[in-house]
Amino acid sequence: MEKQSIEQLQKICTQLRRDVLRMVHAVQSGHPGAPLGCAEFFVALYFDQLRHNPDFKMDGKGEDLFFLSNGHLSAGWYSVLSRSGYFPVSELKTFRKLNSRLQGHPATHEHLPGIRVASGSLGQGLSVALGVAQAKKIDKDDKLVYILMGDGELQEGQVWEAAMYAAHHKVDNLIATVDYNGQQIDGPTDKIMDLKNLKAKWEAFGWEVIETKEGNDLKSVIEGLEKAKAFTGKGKPVLNLLYTEMGYGVDFMVGTHKWHGSPPNDEQLAKALGQLEETLGDY
Amino acid sequence: MSLDLKFTFTEKKDTRSGFGDGFLEAGRKNPNVVGLCADLIGSLKMGDFQKEFPERFFQTGIAEANMIGISAGLAIGGKIPFAGTFANFATGRVYDQIRQSVAYSDKNVKICASHAGLTLGEDGATHQILEDLGMMKMLPHMTVINPCDYNQTKAATLAIAEHEGPVYLRFGRPSWPIFTPADQKFEIGKAWKMIDGKDVTIFATGHLVWEAVVAEAMLRQEGIHAEVINIHTIKPLDEEAILESVKKTGCAVSAEEHQINGGLGDSIAQTLIRHNPAPLEYVGVNDSFGESGTPTQLLEKYGLNAENIVKAAKRALARK
Ligand SMILES: Cc1ncc(C[n+]2csc(CCOP(=O)(O)OP(=O)(O)O)c2C)c(N)n1
Ligand SMILES: [Mg+2]
Repeated sequence: MEKQSIEQLQKICTQLRRDVLRMVHAVQSGHPGAPLGCAEFFVALYFDQLRHNPDFKMDGKGEDLFFLSNGHLSAGWYSVLSRSGYFPVSELKTFRKLNSRLQGHPATHEHLPGIRVASGSLGQGLSVALGVAQAKKIDKDDKLVYILMGDGELQEGQVWEAAMYAAHHKVDNLIATVDYNGQQIDGPTDKIMDLKNLKAKWEAFGWEVIETKEGNDLKSVIEGLEKAKAFTGKGKPVLNLLYTEMGYGVDFMVGTHKWHGSPPNDEQLAKALGQLEETLGDY
Repeated sequence: MSLDLKFTFTEKKDTRSGFGDGFLEAGRKNPNVVGLCADLIGSLKMGDFQKEFPERFFQTGIAEANMIGISAGLAIGGKIPFAGTFANFATGRVYDQIRQSVAYSDKNVKICASHAGLTLGEDGATHQILEDLGMMKMLPHMTVINPCDYNQTKAATLAIAEHEGPVYLRFGRPSWPIFTPADQKFEIGKAWKMIDGKDVTIFATGHLVWEAVVAEAMLRQEGIHAEVINIHTIKPLDEEAILESVKKTGCAVSAEEHQINGGLGDSIAQTLIRHNPAPLEYVGVNDSFGESGTPTQLLEKYGLNAENIVKAAKRALARK
């Protein structure tokens, strides 16, 4: 894929946010908050960073691969997948409906291009990504494995089993990003189950940690991913702490757990879309 | 054509609210009742209890395995822990923790599982567990309960607080008819014959009890008189009630929002095959995962609604 300008990428972010809002609104279910906060990440990854094979074949060889461990961000992932050519944009309208490939949480048995394992039950993605990364090493495939996890998701013990394994086995062809939005379903993470010093925790587990402090600034997100890439191949797994705002881009949704899993009603949708210019054409 | 239903409703509500309201009442009755939840307090309707008894309620964060272990410990300390999360994460996710620390160790832990089955709807198959009754009923010491509406779920919640021993309580997300009485007494392990009949018995559990009530009326219009038995307790199974009914009707249908493999129907088949081999037809999910959709669409697509119970009843009758 040809590199695009920041301005062009910014437009894609705005369109992704529109897609997400319209998708969850249409079925009155789903999770708008985190995908709004991860729009810059998704777009930076898929339109700037990932070296994907142009044929979108699913054998996964010789290309960078991405895994979404926090599967409830599906609306955002489906949007960026379709906007980058994995499947028709028009299919977004089937999200969460009967007989759709766009399941509420990502699924493989409907064969949606770009998805390689089901997710939705939290805490399992990092382990899977480690296996993929190790398979690449066996095959002497020098491409990278990316994964996104939620910060609340880090409360699952399995994440730390995987963290320990990754450093022990020197899985240095993997970049794990944490959506550090400070929110989860029942409230702010520090009220629900305090994550305390995440950077120190991951470092203590033997990871190289980089912090992307401006996770909703496209340039910073790209710089962060570049920096993370520069740390690969050096014997350590790489963690990208991505500071984002849940609900970013819509003034009444930003910074609260209230929009983790609630769709906007008609009026709220209209108001939200009024703040997000249609750039690539709605699905 | 309107149906002459033997049970009717004026209101719909989710069974999880029955759990939440029962849990609060149990907490008021017994100071040993405590609660735990893994970042789903709102979804499980545990918020009122938490507000009223903050010192007896523990938010565990998204860490279900830890929650089960802590529950076992609280039970050792004489508390009656109600541990709540989605049914998938309350069973499959933590099976070994339940097996070793709760079931095998015979701890007085109440595993409270919401959003069970297909009717959770749009979230899709990752969350739609259809194997939980099977997993839980296989565990020695475990009591397994799957009530049918708001009122029965509330009554069941109060009953398990008074029952000593590990319990799996399963309920759901959708708004559902309230057709059983508010003041019912819930007897663990005692099936409830809701409608008398002579031609075929419908054994139903959970949300599908309502579908069985509708199916009974549909069958009656065709001159078929079905007996409807509400099996709210999957384990221990009320074998006596099952055998007594099938002795009279001579054939049966099981109806559940669960895999056919390992579900209520399987338990009934075991009972019949040992004591009174009679035709049994299953209404359940046939070895498949679910998908996103509305509850009604999914019950139809996966063959779990009243129409399918009617068809199954006719198949059973034909085999008599
Ligand atoms: C194993 C498991 N437990 C519980 C849930 C229910 N759940 C879905 S999202 C979520 C909160 C996740 O928090 P975080 O990872 O911070 O995501 P965010 O709220 O920021 O989108 C929970 C508890 C789940 N999907 N999987
Ligand atoms: Mg979060």
